[in-house]
Amino acid sequence: MHRTGELYGQFQTLEQQKETATLGMWVFIVQEILFFGGLFLAYTVNRHAHPTAFGVGGNMLSLKLGGANTVVLIASSLTMAMAVWSATTSKKKLVTLFLIGTLVLGCVFLGVKVVEYKEKFDHHLIPGHGFDISYCSKNAAACGLSAKDAATEVEEIENGLKADPDLNAHAQLYFSLYFGMTGLHALHMVVGAGLLLWLILQAGKGRFDANYNTPVENIGLYWHFVDIVWIYLFPLLYLINRHLA
Amino acid sequence: MPREHYLNATYGMRSWLLTTDHKRIALLYLISVTFFFFVGGLFATLIRIHLLTPGGYLVTPEMYNKLFTMHGVAMIFFFLIPSIPAVLGNFLIPIMIGAKDLAYPKINLLSWYIYLVGGAFVLYSFATGGLDTGWTFYTPLSSIYSNSAVTPAVIGIFINGFSSILTGLNFIVTVHTMRAPGMTWMRLPLFVWAHYATSIIFILGTPVIAITLLLAGLERMFNLGFFNPAYGGDPILFQHMFWFYSHPAVYIMILPAMGVISEIIPTFARKPIFGYDFIAASSIGIAVIGFIVWAHHMFLTGQSTYSAVAFSFLTFLVAIPSAVKVFNWTSTLYKGSIAYDTPMLYGLGFIGLFTIGGLTGLFLACLGLDIHLHDTYFVVAHFHYIMVGGAIMGYLGGIHFWWPKITGRMYPESLARIAAIVLFVGFNLTFFPQFILGYLGMPRRYHDYPPEFQVLNVMSTAGASILALGYLLPMIYLTWSMRYGKVAGKNPWPATGLEWTTDSPPLTENFHDTPVVDWEVYDFEHRPELGLSGAISKKPAPAHGDD
Amino acid sequence: MPLYPEQASNFAPQVDNLVIFMIAVCLFFAVAICAAVIYFFFKYHRKRPDDIGVPIHGDLRLEIAWIVLPFFLLLAMFGWGAAIYVDYRRTPADTLDIYVVGKQWMWRLQQPDGRKEINELHVPVNRNIRLIMASEDVIHDFSVPSFRVKMDVVPGHYNNMWFRPTKPGRYHFFCSQYCGTNHAVMGGWVTVMEPDNYAKWLSGTAASGDPVAVGEKLYTELACNTCHMPDGKGRGPSYNGVYGSKVKLADGSTVIADDAYIRESILQPNAKIVAGYAPVMPSFQGLVTEDQILALTAYIKSMKDQPPPAKPGMSEPATGKK
Repeated sequence: MHRTGELYGQFQTLEQQKETATLGMWVFIVQEILFFGGLFLAYTVNRHAHPTAFGVGGNMLSLKLGGANTVVLIASSLTMAMAVWSATTSKKKLVTLFLIGTLVLGCVFLGVKVVEYKEKFDHHLIPGHGFDISYCSKNAAACGLSAKDAATEVEEIENGLKADPDLNAHAQLYFSLYFGMTGLHALHMVVGAGLLLWLILQAGKGRFDANYNTPVENIGLYWHFVDIVWIYLFPLLYLINRHLA
Repeated sequence: MPREHYLNATYGMRSWLLTTDHKRIALLYLISVTFFFFVGGLFATLIRIHLLTPGGYLVTPEMYNKLFTMHGVAMIFFFLIPSIPAVLGNFLIPIMIGAKDLAYPKINLLSWYIYLVGGAFVLYSFATGGLDTGWTFYTPLSSIYSNSAVTPAVIGIFINGFSSILTGLNFIVTVHTMRAPGMTWMRLPLFVWAHYATSIIFILGTPVIAITLLLAGLERMFNLGFFNPAYGGDPILFQHMFWFYSHPAVYIMILPAMGVISEIIPTFARKPIFGYDFIAASSIGIAVIGFIVWAHHMFLTGQSTYSAVAFSFLTFLVAIPSAVKVFNWTSTLYKGSIAYDTPMLYGLGFIGLFTIGGLTGLFLACLGLDIHLHDTYFVVAHFHYIMVGGAIMGYLGGIHFWWPKITGRMYPESLARIAAIVLFVGFNLTFFPQFILGYLGMPRRYHDYPPEFQVLNVMSTAGASILALGYLLPMIYLTWSMRYGKVAGKNPWPATGLEWTTDSPPLTENFHDTPVVDWEVYDFEHRPELGLSGAISKKPAPAHGDD
Repeated sequence: MPLYPEQASNFAPQVDNLVIFMIAVCLFFAVAICAAVIYFFFKYHRKRPDDIGVPIHGDLRLEIAWIVLPFFLLLAMFGWGAAIYVDYRRTPADTLDIYVVGKQWMWRLQQPDGRKEINELHVPVNRNIRLIMASEDVIHDFSVPSFRVKMDVVPGHYNNMWFRPTKPGRYHFFCSQYCGTNHAVMGGWVTVMEPDNYAKWLSGTAASGDPVAVGEKLYTELACNTCHMPDGKGRGPSYNGVYGSKVKLADGSTVIADDAYIRESILQPNAKIVAGYAPVMPSFQGLVTEDQILALTAYIKSMKDQPPPAKPGMSEPATGKK
């Protein structure tokens, strides 16, 4: 196994090696865009076909948690960018610190996602699993709704059913896409967390400086990409047709 | 033969199974794609025997439906798509550009293992219940109604997609960053241009089929409803997503073969290819336009007339870059010094058969005709002309052309020429009658047919038996030649690419010293080291662009 | 051997004329290319082993010529085809409407007066006919080669197609979108009749001759054979040895298979389900006359001495997932 930073056999110069690594990450990211793109397409088509059900579904997501996660992820991109800056200016201790910060924020994001997913499970909103969009309207206490919120919920479901008799089936479609898109995103974050862990270990050994910081830069690219995907997911899933009450 | 080369540099299973040498990985792929070719070929044999008689007495309807599905899946995903890129592309691209290996040798090996895992899932599906949805997996048949082993199959194809993606990523980055000094873009062999264009399609298209099959699989496992109208989904959404990849996929299957032909023709006519710039540009053009024609598979689904008209127009457009290639290859033969060696026979066979296949594609692009021809044997004949008459002939032509480089030995020339001719004849006998069958209205994917279609079906099966012989012969004599073939030198033809300046077989690291390229591509005039006399000119080589 | 089907609709000559144009143009290019290749192959055969060819790198004028000229030819092909297609997709106003339902693996076609046919379509000649089509399960396709028309039948959608039959006769139709096991036998016949014959057919019934023979014919025509297989392994029970025997039902009770039982099974199939089978049989209410029920009963009765299958019961449930 080569140590990080050594010249691999197929390359002529370190410059060529760095250029190759960076180009590779960009091409990989383009491919990932197409990967998520298919899901975004399915979401768009289905949203257009079932606006009421998707609106009802979206309102079941927690704006607080989603919004907090957005802030957390953007902050993690900031710490990641600071890590790259620290590497290019040879501030080795700061590299490790900022990378740890990025990892921590990433884990906070994943933790919040776990909380959100658990809530969906409790509220019978897992597709194919006894899915019932009207569960909370019928069991306000179990969902922790106040009296006022419960009434809003009941009204929303009633109006929804009037506009779309197949509300439950179409809302299940919404949640299938919700879990598919956020799940795929979370999977990418887990991979990112793994990569960050490796980076932290290498940074701890002082491997990165102005001469050599390619892994920090490229994993940074990957992390920013994952962040951007969330920046699209959040408004699409949480914000469209949101009632703020 | 050189004393030490990539085949004997190290010994033992581990040195092969854990190799990062692009040449050894190419051979690993050669063995696996050949295996899947036989799997798909076995199914094809059974299909053609079954179709000898209406009433189909060889297999049950269920079995027949599995046969054509599994034939398609095995051939498309596990033979045609990897064949030229993973075997010839892997072996040659680094050497052609003067590099020691691809940009990511370990990822190259990973690609092969991913391919094997995907293949294992699909073979598992074949063995436990089979697959009867058609290789196109249309919903809701595949996601709800089929009783066959759909889930492991879509998992296998999903996994296999990553093999393609990583290969494409490797090729693109390699061509950008690993070229030797002097190897400018416009000195790249057209084989490399073809694979660069193919890799663009790998990267942009494959992720979409991955997501599509994932959604279809999830729908099947958890009854979700993306494509099921009973739950508000739409079967047509599946078709759009499926064909968004699967149409460009056919260009993945043909562009590399076109790259092979672009190497063979100048070599065996001993002159530069006519219209290099245009052939290079046409590869990119085909890749790009190929992404915006997918709905020509859906003209009769009830979609908007406007969109059908738009897609028909675009489909006609994509014919133009292909035609440009055919005209340029033909023009290269003019005033050439033409040899009748086997690779040239495959090359010329390709031109003829691809021309017919491509022209019949126009019939299908034409909306008024597609109403009649959609989902008939006309379509089957059209795509087999391209994929077998085109891609497979390109693959075999390339295998023969580069065989001395890969193995250090020549194949037996007379026998190989006979096999090429047998293939060509058998192929036409098999598939030309199917054009007529299609116009007469025989639908595809039929285990049984009305008696008036029998004569043409019998002709087709007779041709298939000859075609099978044409495939078996090379398997036999190529294997024989690895031990008993005449030892080839560095450059037996001779040809002009960088790969022909290395040993046959090459060193593990390809070159003793990094080459510095200062000659134009396909230049026979100013290369005395090729050992040719004839019309050697005294003027210096033209800089690229002067003619 | 015919190279093309009969021309029996308004679209047929249009499509055939276009294909002749396409064949002419494509044949010209194919022959030109092949002739050039073969000619050059022989004319420029290498004379001495060291010879090289004359280095010609390209010719911009040629490149432009063989991009522009084909472009205009392609434009013509595209335009002509698009014209036919747009006409085909714009259903005229004055159509005789037939409602079509495709399901695995049969077609039900309903005439304007409500009368239904199975795998048969009777239409008058020289009238614009529109088919309004829906699917009960997977995607099918209704195609009539002699008319040069087809259209997919997609669940969750209604798809229209139209044509004007121009020649009386019987023309094969096929299912043209792979739909599962019996895709290849899910076809039938379109019978085009003179207007007065069509009117006569609409008002009359068929049914004459030996009831068992008529019943046997109906057994195939009404597609009973796709489910009620002699070995009992289809989706429905075999008729062998059934008539007059004791039949075990899914709810555990037993019943004697007499004429009333058979009639009820045809008209209200879910009333009594035989043990080991699923309730998937469609009702034939409105699709069969009393005469036809009698004929079918006679046919089933004629098989009462046939040995019943060894192990009856469906080999697989309708949707067993893996």
